[in-house]
Amino acid sequence: MSKVKVAVIGPGNIGSDIMYKIFRSQHLEMALMAGIVESEGIRRAASHGVDVSTEGVQAVIRRGDVRIVFDCTSAAAHRKHAPLLREAGQIAIDLTPAAVGPYCVPCVNLDRLKDEKNVNMVTCGGQATIPIVHAVARVAGAAYAEIVACISSKSAGPGTRANMDEFTQTTSKGIEVVGGADRGKAIIVLNPAEPPLMMTNTIQVRVKDPSVGLAPIRQSIDDMVASIRQYVPGYKMRVPPVLEDDKVTAIIQVEGQGDFLPTYSGNLDIINAAAVATAEKLASGMLEGGGA
Amino acid sequence: MAGVKVVDTTLRDGSHAVRHRFTEEQVTAIAAGLDKSGVALIELSHGDGLGGSGYTYGFSGVDEFSLLRAARRAIQNSKLTVLLLPGIGTIENLEEAVACGAQAVRVATHVTEGDVSAQHIGAAKRMNLFAVGFLMMVHMVSPERIAEEAAKMESYGADYINLADSAGYLLPDDVAARVEAVARRVKIPVGFHAHNNLGLAIANSLKAVESGASFLDGTLRGLGAGAGNAQIEVLAGVLARCGVETGLDFYGLMDLAQDVVQPVMHRPQVIDNGSLMLGYAGVYSSFLLHVYAAAEKYHLDPRDILVELGRRKMVGGQEDMIIDVSNDLKNKKTALV
Repeated sequence: MSKVKVAVIGPGNIGSDIMYKIFRSQHLEMALMAGIVESEGIRRAASHGVDVSTEGVQAVIRRGDVRIVFDCTSAAAHRKHAPLLREAGQIAIDLTPAAVGPYCVPCVNLDRLKDEKNVNMVTCGGQATIPIVHAVARVAGAAYAEIVACISSKSAGPGTRANMDEFTQTTSKGIEVVGGADRGKAIIVLNPAEPPLMMTNTIQVRVKDPSVGLAPIRQSIDDMVASIRQYVPGYKMRVPPVLEDDKVTAIIQVEGQGDFLPTYSGNLDIINAAAVATAEKLASGMLEGGGA
Repeated sequence: MAGVKVVDTTLRDGSHAVRHRFTEEQVTAIAAGLDKSGVALIELSHGDGLGGSGYTYGFSGVDEFSLLRAARRAIQNSKLTVLLLPGIGTIENLEEAVACGAQAVRVATHVTEGDVSAQHIGAAKRMNLFAVGFLMMVHMVSPERIAEEAAKMESYGADYINLADSAGYLLPDDVAARVEAVARRVKIPVGFHAHNNLGLAIANSLKAVESGASFLDGTLRGLGAGAGNAQIEVLAGVLARCGVETGLDFYGLMDLAQDVVQPVMHRPQVIDNGSLMLGYAGVYSSFLLHVYAAAEKYHLDPRDILVELGRRKMVGGQEDMIIDVSNDLKNKKTALV
């Protein structure tokens, strides 16, 4: 079966984990790992027989056979990469906070983004919580949604630590734009406990129509959890939804697949898995359309 | 002993004890009284800092920015101060607070996570604010580890480092070791924030001063999370007896506590059983009232919830995990029946 060729820019922890996920993919072929310096990540990719380059985005746009590109660099770098990739006719999946293109939470809105040339993966907390907000909103409406994402200190990298506001503000916006809440609020807490805690997310939603009752809300959330589990098997309900007056509360946990990062890094696993799921969906469309 | 600057946090930590329901009238009266009584900094925010209002930590009765404007009008000498926890509040919130008259910010992180304050302390210094690096839950790690995090905050531009015994867990010798380790490591002053869960808030504050602290936190009537903070009017008296210069008006603070704060209190600020368990188990003091609510809803003993939260090493800001723990304990109880 033919596969769609993809490239990863940024051979750090995120890029390496994505590479291993691509190795497992039915529809994607890991064609190129690009960095800007010789690094452990570049050597790791080469050791798996992947083409590598230290010429960054330039190496990627020269590869006319590459159709989809995962950008795991930084917001500033992606802003430079985005127009180059667009010009080269390559679809960009942006894992940086740049958000040049629309937010993509695959189980919620990927169907509406099939013609986009650049999509942004929001944040790890966004990938974990926005689907639940949406599941509630689609059956009972959401006037307000608030989430708390707790991640282990060890899985919060220097990028996250240097810019906590980016996480809270981007996730809040994603809760509104993709989740469908009129107003969103996001909180992130880092916990240093050893052994590291699994990523845990609490979602609280003020529904517009509590008269629908708990049963359809619960069914909608269960359906959503099932569709997320297709790409994140370790996604599960910790505290099933409860409805008190007009407030729905649920707590979910994300255990990572341990591809490259430890299993407690569910936060990194879910955003990477969402990015790969997005690419797979786009790739299967290309393969059906005979475009590959 | 050298002089000590006293920071009043009745309108911030005390906000927990009134479920974030201070009114503009109350704020005006309390801030005006504190200003006249010579406190260096008056801290005012939602109990969990700027942006804390919400389901997780409780909705504010009155928007904190309206309260800040009311306080600003009532203050002449003290610095109007806000608390900001990165991950909850943002620089955008801080800018709005400054527009409402805030002159200082205390940026608070869990004791091992000082580096998440770099962005916010940096922004505060660019706004010409007095900026404080505030480490919470200092009982959880060694004095040396605390000193490392304090040094990071100093490098970001903090004007002093405040060590918070957020669980009210420390014994006086633990306080001394922590204050001394930080004072040895950084060039900026060190402060201490006590909780009275084990009845040691005043004793620990005094120990902090003896160990080199030059800022102390307190609240009128001790109003605060858990069993409350070091009672500021008591601090004024005790420090006067020790010959420590504070510039505080002892009678003025007593009158303010009795005439203005006492009437607005929801419950007596005593060491009830839940508060005692916070201090004993090392749990973040702000969890207390949320734990009482969960215990009632899930038909559990609040002490069992607190012990489990301590065992799981939950940190400040994880109030949502009270639901998780309560749900687990309820399921275990049901399984046993």
